Amino acid sequence: MAENILRGRAWVFGDDVDTDLIYHNKYLAITDPKEMAQYSFEYYPGKENFAKEAKPGDFVVAGHNFGCGSSREHAVYCLKELGIPVILAESYARIYYRNAVNNGYPVLVVPEITKKVKDGDELEVNLDTGEIKNLTTGEVMHGDAVTDLEKEIMAYGGLIPYLKAQAAKEQK
Amino acid sequence: MGKTFAEKVLGKAAGEDVKTGQVVTVEPHFCMSHDNAAPISKIFKKIGVEKVWNPDHIVFILDHAVPAPTDKHAENHKIIREFVKEQGIKHFYDVNSKGGVCHQIMCQEGYALPGLVMVGSDSHTCTYGAYGAFSTGIGRSEMAATWATGKIWFRVPESMKITVKGSFKKGVSAKDLILKIIGDIKADGADYMSVEFHGPAISQMSLAERMTLCNMGIEMGAKNAVCPPDEKVLDAIKDNAKTDKWEAIWADDDAVYAKELEYNLGELEPGVAKPHTVDNYAPVNEVAGTPIHQAFLGSCTNARIEDLREAAKILKGKEVAVRTIVIPASWKVYRQAMEEGLLNIFLDAGCIINNPGCGPCMGNHEGILAPGETCISTANRNFKGRMGNKESFIYLASPMTVAASAVKGAIADPREVL
Repeated sequence: MAENILRGRAWVFGDDVDTDLIYHNKYLAITDPKEMAQYSFEYYPGKENFAKEAKPGDFVVAGHNFGCGSSREHAVYCLKELGIPVILAESYARIYYRNAVNNGYPVLVVPEITKKVKDGDELEVNLDTGEIKNLTTGEVMHGDAVTDLEKEIMAYGGLIPYLKAQAAKEQK
Repeated sequence: MGKTFAEKVLGKAAGEDVKTGQVVTVEPHFCMSHDNAAPISKIFKKIGVEKVWNPDHIVFILDHAVPAPTDKHAENHKIIREFVKEQGIKHFYDVNSKGGVCHQIMCQEGYALPGLVMVGSDSHTCTYGAYGAFSTGIGRSEMAATWATGKIWFRVPESMKITVKGSFKKGVSAKDLILKIIGDIKADGADYMSVEFHGPAISQMSLAERMTLCNMGIEMGAKNAVCPPDEKVLDAIKDNAKTDKWEAIWADDDAVYAKELEYNLGELEPGVAKPHTVDNYAPVNEVAGTPIHQAFLGSCTNARIEDLREAAKILKGKEVAVRTIVIPASWKVYRQAMEEGLLNIFLDAGCIINNPGCGPCMGNHEGILAPGETCISTANRNFKGRMGNKESFIYLASPMTVAASAVKGAIADPREVL
């Protein structure tokens, strides 16, 4: 299987999943991303055990406006540290989306995905083409690619490595 | 074809003519961080740059957990003080009587200025639009990168025009307006957009009221929210502007908007956001009588002197029926409230007054709720668990509604006691 084709279980969340539900403000003083993973979705009703039960490679699937609320980057770090390879949501809150890109964390916009994927379904995601197959139902969806600049930042693994590379280019 | 505020202000900062949808790179004038300057400084060190691009453009204001409630918070504050010294950052508000809630300080102390591009590592940075600034919240990595390079990219956003006419009826305020707007267009109704407030009612509003509107722009997903830089703004900044680089920029009359809305204040009534989302609007009379256990008058949304005066009018000579926590937005506001006799009114009524800061707004300290408890709050978020316990309930409302409810021990319509 090509490196950018991923398989895993879908964990389906609703609309307007706010940053307190993803990563509660109670743990904001933590600065080491490794410590953050265990608190992922601790406040999400019915998914309190997500951090314990989700396996590396599983997918987070969500409705509209994922990550609304605070600018806390913990809400990106925790899922990345947990080994969730990509988020598939119908839309994202602006700051969350930008934080994800800045950390080289793939987030795809997938219209109506919460209507097409149920909690526990097996998915196959091609990060290069944005194609998403629901292996449980056979349905195929498409995730929107990000803009060119965002793609470039992602290709470097995030904003900091991107800036370092830019600075190195300028020096030459 | 005219230009929107976002097109003009980002065009000026980029030094070129820009259109909606274009990506521009600009130098932000002020970069604000609060207690999270500590983790940001750690990310900054990893970039491999020794000094920030310009220490005079960086502002640190400790407010999220002050004085430090835990050793972890204390350690973060210490890291910030060391970084301030090392980098020569002079705009630093430590735990002392010059400080307060970061967004209040940015407006009160002359950082928020018309036509400036400003960023903050806090989602409510959009507040400075009340002073005509283009200001928006960013994450930590992005802030660290901005300290290092002095640059940040933005996609020039689509704009939404909200025209407001009429005047507030008794017992109704700017908070009721913004809760109603968010209830109408929902938490993602302005996603990625620049929200412009227009109309005669905005001109009538105080800067405090405009701050309440712009502060909650993020709660409908906006990139920024802004009011016209009129005489009231120019008057407020004339003696304390921290730079002369500002310019009164406003949208053209024939600018093109992705969406236009109109509100008439005369039709508005007191409202609340019910648990657990900000867009879960209800007129206050629909929820009147809901028992509460705590009332909170504070936060970057509604703790200015104007807000405290409105609450004091209702609390004067009365006694609160539940724990009522008052936190002025800054020490300047605190002192003014003291001089005007408002603090005595609150104390006589049985309220407690905490030191300026974010307090219990995001569940750090100074008023955490117990399971099953309900709080009515003047803050901006009622997410599940926001005030520290996931089995608790938060209603958002205006200072008048919070004061009236505190007296009754249940959600109450302020018009009944005014």
